[in-house]
This record gives sequence, structure tokens and C-alpha cells, in this order.
Amino acid sequence: MDTEKRLKTTGAASLTELHATKEYILPDERMQHPVAVIECIEAIPCNPCETACPVHAITVGSEITNLPVIDIEKCTGCGLCVAACPGLAIYLKQKNYTKDLSYIAFPFEYVPLPEVGQSVNMVDRFGLVVCEGTVIKVVKIKRFDRTAIIHASYPVEQYEHVVNMQRLARN
Amino acid sequence: MVERDIVVIGSGPAGLCAAIEAAEAGAKVLIVDENAKPGGQLFKQIHKFFGSREHRAGVRGIDIGTLLLKQAEELNIEVWLNTEACGIFDQDKVWVVRDKHTSVTIHAKRIILATGANENAVNFPGWTLPGVMGAGAAQTMINIHRVLPGQKILMIGSGNVGVIVSYQLLQAGAQVKAVVEAAPQLGGYGVHTAKVRRAGVPFYTGHTVLEAKGTDHIESAVVVKLDAAWKPIAGTEFELDVDTICIAAGLTPAVELAFGAGCRSVNSPVLGGLVPWHDETMRTSLSSIYIAGDVSGVEEASTAMEEGRMAGLSAAQSLGYLQEKRYRTRFEAINHNLLALRSGMFGQKRRDAKKAIVAASKG
Repeated sequence: MDTEKRLKTTGAASLTELHATKEYILPDERMQHPVAVIECIEAIPCNPCETACPVHAITVGSEITNLPVIDIEKCTGCGLCVAACPGLAIYLKQKNYTKDLSYIAFPFEYVPLPEVGQSVNMVDRFGLVVCEGTVIKVVKIKRFDRTAIIHASYPVEQYEHVVNMQRLARN
Repeated sequence: MVERDIVVIGSGPAGLCAAIEAAEAGAKVLIVDENAKPGGQLFKQIHKFFGSREHRAGVRGIDIGTLLLKQAEELNIEVWLNTEACGIFDQDKVWVVRDKHTSVTIHAKRIILATGANENAVNFPGWTLPGVMGAGAAQTMINIHRVLPGQKILMIGSGNVGVIVSYQLLQAGAQVKAVVEAAPQLGGYGVHTAKVRRAGVPFYTGHTVLEAKGTDHIESAVVVKLDAAWKPIAGTEFELDVDTICIAAGLTPAVELAFGAGCRSVNSPVLGGLVPWHDETMRTSLSSIYIAGDVSGVEEASTAMEEGRMAGLSAAQSLGYLQEKRYRTRFEAINHNLLALRSGMFGQKRRDAKKAIVAASKG
């Protein structure tokens, strides 16, 4: 599945495609807290991530079609860019939240929202359910402008594959 | 006869910004719109916009709409709703019909056309069944009227409209069964396709709808693979269980008033076909008529707003409302914003197409 360019044919980028860009940086086990991972690999005119970052860890530059570049050493994992990104293309990740679990905080604009402690289906870039995750926190503050940020843990084996969760059924 | 400095036709993002910019310069502005509410497409745009801070990036379209209406109110801009502009005569008279009843002729020193665009149709057997609609119509239903057009949707077209409306249909609680795209590659921004894809929606490039089945409503759609010449390949048909088909096959500029008035046309395939010729200041071949937004070439709301500002500024300047220095400063600022939006892998094509339109004057 991951051997070719897929963004313009299947809708989602393959890992091969992401790895070929210098902008996609996945933090490894040395990172002690979650940091922003940006999956923005097309030159579109957009820079709210850069404007939102309080520690100037994200650089787009004066040409607003430049791709955002993150300095993960500077990133504090505050999550402001996650809610600011109009493309919903940023999430926070930490590989070893515990020995066996990774951590993700992703943008979510569907109802219903999950509850803290709820077990949810974690999905990869293609919408396939790859594992279960546990919701740690649901952050919905005014500053995020109706985009909720869901924090969850999931098995470390799926660290790179998981990007979001499956929408929940409406009752 | 009613007299105004500037009459703006259409109160979408382009028209509102044109009116605001002109009123800020001191012109007396009247906006007419055939709809019952102002704002055009803005109040359907529940997503956060792209761009930079100058373009209000990161703000949802609906909130930009509210903000612009508030500004228009503060500037005492007059708005006639339920008012259809039916024709332009002698380059400075706008004939409108108010409330489908009262005919009024407005004498306007300058006219700004911000009439937008219309959705293109795709026809196939069954396309007249209830349940086949423009993606824009589906968006109006879910985001304005809060009614789902159906439970199981097929989207035709993967441009930004197709993928954004697909996402919003998912948000509204529908299932999107698939997005089909006749071209070999998806058209919309990757970030949009990615969020629809990770919600589990499959994309079919090089495919189209062959037929919609059903008797009094859609019960399924037959999808087929296309060859390199865009001809259906026999034997590749498959059926999708859907009750709604949305068509997002591009937009055509709403040029009727402009061409009826006698504005010269230019063909711009990239921007939706025939558009009124215009220069950098958004003035058409008729010196009293300006245009802005999709009618001048289909782009998106952010560029429509900047073009509106340019048209409003230029129209006000031509009436003597601005000092040359202030005009130049604003012109440069708006132009800078437009160039920023027309850059990158998606924008460059539009920038070149706009340049070609402007250049067509000098030939």
C-alpha cells in the first residue's frame, strides 16, 4: 500500500510519499512529550500554523505557499497549531507515552464527541481501523473555534499509522 | 429615478468587500441582491479558510460573513434584498425588480458586478431523478436549512468544492459512499482529500457515473472506469448503494448582466470559460462597469474578497473619492494579497490566467 504516490489518486499520502518530504518529521522515542507533526506537503497559500505558534517553532516564511517546517526541539506541544490549521493537517504525537503506548492529540470536528476514558477505533490515513485507543482528554475551548482536540493513547506498534479516530455513530 | 454613486450587484464575499472598500472611501453605495439574506455563499462555508492573517485565514466563512455584514452596517451601506437585477442600460442604468413586484431603474455612476457563478451539470441517464443535485445545493441544505439531502451520498468531482462538501456532509451525519473523479488525478487540496479519506471515504479517479437507477428517487448509481480518452470501459461497471448524487463539476461565471450591458468578453478555460475582459483594477471594457469575484473568473472566496476590495477601491477612485497616494497604497496592498493567494502549485495557473485576461486588452 505504501510503495507509491497516493495523495492525488487515493486522497491520502502514503508513508513513502511523506518520508520523501523534509517537512514530515515524526518524533522518535527520545522525545519526552508530544510535539506537532505536520502533514502539509502541497504548496497552498496558507500560514495560520506559523501565526498560531507562541514559541515560533513553525516557519512558513514570507511566501505563504512555502511548506511549514517545524523545529520539534522548540515545540512545547501546546496544540494551538492543531486547531489553527484550516486543513486539519496537524496532530501532536509522542512515541512512548508509556512503554507500550503512544500518544496522539488530533483535531476532530464531528459529533458526538468521545468521552474521556472511552475506547475508540483509531484509524490510519486511509480510514482503516488499525487498533483501539483510549481517550485521555477532550479539549474544546473557545480559542479552538469549534474544533475539538482529542487526546488518546494507543499501542506503540501503530505509532506512525494512526492519525485520527473513527467517527462515532449518532444515536 | 433613484441615483447612487455606486451600485453593487450581488452581496457575496466580492460584493460585500467592494461595497465596504468604496464606502470607506466615502462613496454612497447601494447593494442589490436577489436573495432574502445577504452574504452569498459565505454563510454556507462552515470551514476555516486558508490564506494568511490579511485574508482572515483560520476564520470560518460564516464568521467572515457576519463580520462583513457588521462592517457594511457600520458604514451605512444600503442593501436591497429580494431585488433582481434584470439588465443594465446605457452603461449606467440598472433595472431591478424588487420583491418580484416593483420595477425600479437606478442611475449609477459606477456599477460593480459581483454576480458569482453557477454550478455546472453533468448529465447521465437518471440525472433528473429526485436526489441528483449540485454540491452547492446539498451544502445549502445542510448548512443553511439543516436538512440532510439523503443518507448515502455519491459525490461527482474531487475539486475543492467536491471534497469540502463531502466533508461537511459527513459532519452533518450522512455517509459519503464515494467520490468519483473523471480525471486521472484528484483536483482538490491534498489536506481536504486526506481528511475525507481518513473518514473512510474511497476516491475513484478515472471513473464517472454511468447511470442513476430508481423509479421515483435514486436507489443506486452505476459507476464505470474511463480509458485514457475518457470513454467508459465495458465490463468495469459497479453499483453503489446511494440515495443522493451530488455534482461538483466546476462553476461557470454568471456573466449575463455583463454581456447584456456590452462588456467585451475573453475566453479563459482555466477560470471557467467566457468572462468579461477586465484590467488589474477590475474595470471592464465599459468604463463605468467593474467586476469582482467568480464572475471575473472562478477562484475562491478569499480571492473574491480581495478582488471586491480592488473593484470598490478603483470605482471610488474614478469618482474622485481618493487621493492618489492613498489609492496607490491600497492598490499595492490588495494586489500583494491577490498575488499571495495566486501562488503555489494550485495558484500559479490562476495567476497566469488572470494575467492573460489583462494582457488581452492591449492586443
